[in-house]
Amino acid sequence: MKLLTCPVNGPRPVSEFVYGGEVRPMPAPDCSDPEWARYVFHRSGIPGIKIEWWYHTASGTWFHAERDVVADRVIRTWLPGEGSMEVGGA
Amino acid sequence: MTDRLPPLPGEWIDRQRPIDFRFEGRAYRGFEGDVPSSALWAAGVRVLGRSFKYHRPRGVLSMAQHDVNTLMQAGQRLNLRADVEALEAGMDLQAVNTSGGVDGDRLRILDRLGAFLPVGFYYKAFHKPARFADAWEKVFRRLTGLGRLDFATPHIRTPKRYDFADVLVIGGGPSGLQAALAAGRAGAKVVLVDENARLGGSLGYQRGGTAEGSNSLDRLLRELADLPNVSLRPGTLAAGWYTDHWVPLIDRARMTKMRARAVIVAQGAFEQPAVFRNNDLPGVMLASAAQRLIYRYAVKPAHRAIVFTANAEGYEAALDMNANGVAIAAVVDLRAAGQGGSLQDRVERARIPVLAGHAVFEARGGNDRLAEAVVCPIDAQGRVDTASPKRIACDGLMMSTGWAPAAALLYQSGCRMIYDESVAQFVPEALAPGMYAAGRANGVHGLEARLADGERAGREAARGLGLEAPEAAPVMRGPAGASHAWPIIEHPAGKNFLDFDEDLQVKDFLNAAQEGFDNIELLKRYTTVGMGPSQGKHSNMNAIRILAKVLGASPGDVGSTTARPFFHPVPMSHLAGRGFDPRRQTPMHDRHEALGARWMPAGLWLRPEYYAAEGATKQAQVEAEVHAVRNGVGLIDVGTLGKIELFGPDAAEFLERVYTGRFANLKVGMTRYCAMLDESGVVIDDGVVARIAEEHWYFTTTTTGAAVVYRELQRWNAQWNLRVGLVNATGAHAAVNLAGPKSRQMLRQLTDIDLDSAAFPYLGVRRGAVAGIPARLMRVGFVGELGYEIHVPAEFGAALWDALMEAGRPFGLKPFGVEAQRVLRLEKGHIIIGQDTDGLTTPDEVGLGWALKLDKPFFVGQRSVQIVRARGLRQQLVGFELEQGAATVPKECHLVIRDGAIAGRVTSIVESRSVGRTVGLAFVAPGMTDPGTRFTIRAEGGVMVNATVVPIPFYDPAGERQKSPD
Repeated sequence: MKLLTCPVNGPRPVSEFVYGGEVRPMPAPDCSDPEWARYVFHRSGIPGIKIEWWYHTASGTWFHAERDVVADRVIRTWLPGEGSMEVGGA
Repeated sequence: MTDRLPPLPGEWIDRQRPIDFRFEGRAYRGFEGDVPSSALWAAGVRVLGRSFKYHRPRGVLSMAQHDVNTLMQAGQRLNLRADVEALEAGMDLQAVNTSGGVDGDRLRILDRLGAFLPVGFYYKAFHKPARFADAWEKVFRRLTGLGRLDFATPHIRTPKRYDFADVLVIGGGPSGLQAALAAGRAGAKVVLVDENARLGGSLGYQRGGTAEGSNSLDRLLRELADLPNVSLRPGTLAAGWYTDHWVPLIDRARMTKMRARAVIVAQGAFEQPAVFRNNDLPGVMLASAAQRLIYRYAVKPAHRAIVFTANAEGYEAALDMNANGVAIAAVVDLRAAGQGGSLQDRVERARIPVLAGHAVFEARGGNDRLAEAVVCPIDAQGRVDTASPKRIACDGLMMSTGWAPAAALLYQSGCRMIYDESVAQFVPEALAPGMYAAGRANGVHGLEARLADGERAGREAARGLGLEAPEAAPVMRGPAGASHAWPIIEHPAGKNFLDFDEDLQVKDFLNAAQEGFDNIELLKRYTTVGMGPSQGKHSNMNAIRILAKVLGASPGDVGSTTARPFFHPVPMSHLAGRGFDPRRQTPMHDRHEALGARWMPAGLWLRPEYYAAEGATKQAQVEAEVHAVRNGVGLIDVGTLGKIELFGPDAAEFLERVYTGRFANLKVGMTRYCAMLDESGVVIDDGVVARIAEEHWYFTTTTTGAAVVYRELQRWNAQWNLRVGLVNATGAHAAVNLAGPKSRQMLRQLTDIDLDSAAFPYLGVRRGAVAGIPARLMRVGFVGELGYEIHVPAEFGAALWDALMEAGRPFGLKPFGVEAQRVLRLEKGHIIIGQDTDGLTTPDEVGLGWALKLDKPFFVGQRSVQIVRARGLRQQLVGFELEQGAATVPKECHLVIRDGAIAGRVTSIVESRSVGRTVGLAFVAPGMTDPGTRFTIRAEGGVMVNATVVPIPFYDPAGERQKSPD
């Protein structure tokens, strides 16, 4: 079973976590209808390194993970607002 | 016990402890430490089982835990592996997969019919017509099944354990033991497991007639005993590798879930059979199997044997057998003369004839066992010269032509393997982080080299964990020639077996390749090679060699398939866990139980559906409960609702963003309905928001939505970073709804709160004491009567229930369940999210448009609602009633039909006594919403039922009763 590092609770088995999807910035409210529909309905299946949402159920902690989804390798995890939202950031 | 050898140093059996057991109805005696195969072989039994497809007689093949043809049944214990399972007193063993016993198996006729049962036969013959498939399947299941299931077998629960290690070493042979020693000396917490009953691996049995191996084993065990940080666990199988070094360890009693920081795979190699005609006759076995029989169980593998070899290990086996009373008729070496080296000199000094450049062309049997071998010259291209065959009488034929790494766990960890031509085997090329390989699994075969390779791997693993260990030089793979590149002897009459699990012959592979299954993955699936219980341990490598030859490619180009967990079969009882079906109970659960509640699940909760009474039907009980609420007073436990506390200066702003309505203007002491959308504008939850204080809010969610809603609210909060705090109080509060025209009067008995509507109006919220219990009271109208939702700390839940029931006695208070509540709310036309909505329902479709405050700057789903609203409605929820006295009452999800087409569906329906008609809610097409519109519903059995659209609520349309001013 995979281990995932919660920024608050440290490494825990992945069964304690809920996957929250890729982080996708919400477009501005005055965006076009197609642009909004893309935000709501489209998910990128392109493999690579992604910034994701994860939730540690036991402690109720939402955090971000930078993860290589091809190798299923977590590069870093951090609390929202406490780390770079860019791939390769810190 | 004709074939038991005199006592040997290091033997695993305890001759002081004889064990009596039965096999196929006959009595035998073995010793403690025996496995069924060894005890039976010692007793002269040669046919230990029948093969899967052709029911051919089979004996010992590997003695290395993958002898699939010797599966046995002992009573209710299915498919015991006779080369693994410890012999127990009183065991009554039967060979599986026979019809009438292992000796007289009536299905052996299938062996003669082999020509009509080619590979892929099942796919081709029974593909069409489909109606025959079921009948044939039953026949095949009976012909090919393994073991007979006894449905009276008790439910066996085995405990699970968790364990942790710095370094997990898998394999207790020379390289594994040395690796454990090296990592242990560096200070790592080491666990070493080995699937065999005792440690030592090949040191114990692959002796070559010398004591070198057993001396090394003694030294290693002595040195390991000095390291308290090393735990040695024989009799323990590492069954698979899962992400982040999570390895299930299986022993007799249990599964241990091991989390290691590094894993060293030192599982050695599987000896591979040579492929020649009748290489499956009892008496033909791997040379290592013969050595295991001798040195572990003191069993003479044969009286007069031939060793068919192409490597040094074969010569060692000849010396081992010769030293233990087996007459060696010949060593038949596939290689040209002069390649046997010093071992050949030793063999020849023992007066054993060596036939270099020869091959066993076929084995011949009699009485279901090996009788002689036909040996012919073979050239370097593998061509056999059958002009003048030598016929050599023998009852043992030991094969030693090559090895395949036990690399299953390496593959599972994502290790890239390449074919190393010099050692003619697959070796690790790029290991996954934290994974190490040592010994034969790493392509290192000489004993000294394996010890050095283990030392290297142990040090590397320790250094990888940041421990101090001297650097170790890499160890050369080799020596060349441990495995022969083409140990396959074609024969016009076939029956040269390659996969003993599935009875696959050389021609099956040639046919499959010819039919276009010329990729190793396709070949595997078509021929089923490696798909039997031994998972290709003795067949995969030869299959790759054949396919490579057919394609004119190298085995490395063909590649290998990944052996999946588990490494060996694992009993289901070890895997099965306890069924966790968590159920939440409210603090009033016992009270409901005592009142005769019939339970129903609601999310994770159990809720009373209704309260049963002796001699009364469910319908009568529900009607009585409804009647009490409409005419007197009723009490329902609503403690399962999601309950969330919200604090902070930005709390109103937060609520306005996550709910559709407006809350900033809600006065302290008042409540308001709230609806939640997802980002696509679909209604996902609703509840009531109460403003307890300026910056303190309390709101409810649906029972089933509570966990997910709370989680998503936390996520929004994490993004917006507003000055709010959220607390999930679902389990912390108990709650009831006291409803009915007499509820106010009744509640006055228990509280000082001013309940007059002027002081506590409809939709108000008050704090105070009820029966001395601190409580929050909310005036709600879900069931359409004057009513109070009373929330108290969970620990007072039962006391509150008791106090209310007691105070309610003079008022005829009746507890009511979820079913009555559904009737009551439907009469009021109130929707239930998830019943009257689905995963696509927008607020406008269910009449919640009024709750959307689109002039707010933002709320979740707002933008989608704007887009969807501009498109017009797809469907709409309306109230309807049936004609008086309709014979058939439709059910939820029955279809609304207009002009012969589907125009919607019923979402809720009830025969309402309060209204005097059957009423319900249904989705209908946009043009059908005007009151008076008639439509039909297709009910059970295709009966068409007439219905008419009517306005909702059906009951008390003006809402006078819940407002109840006086």
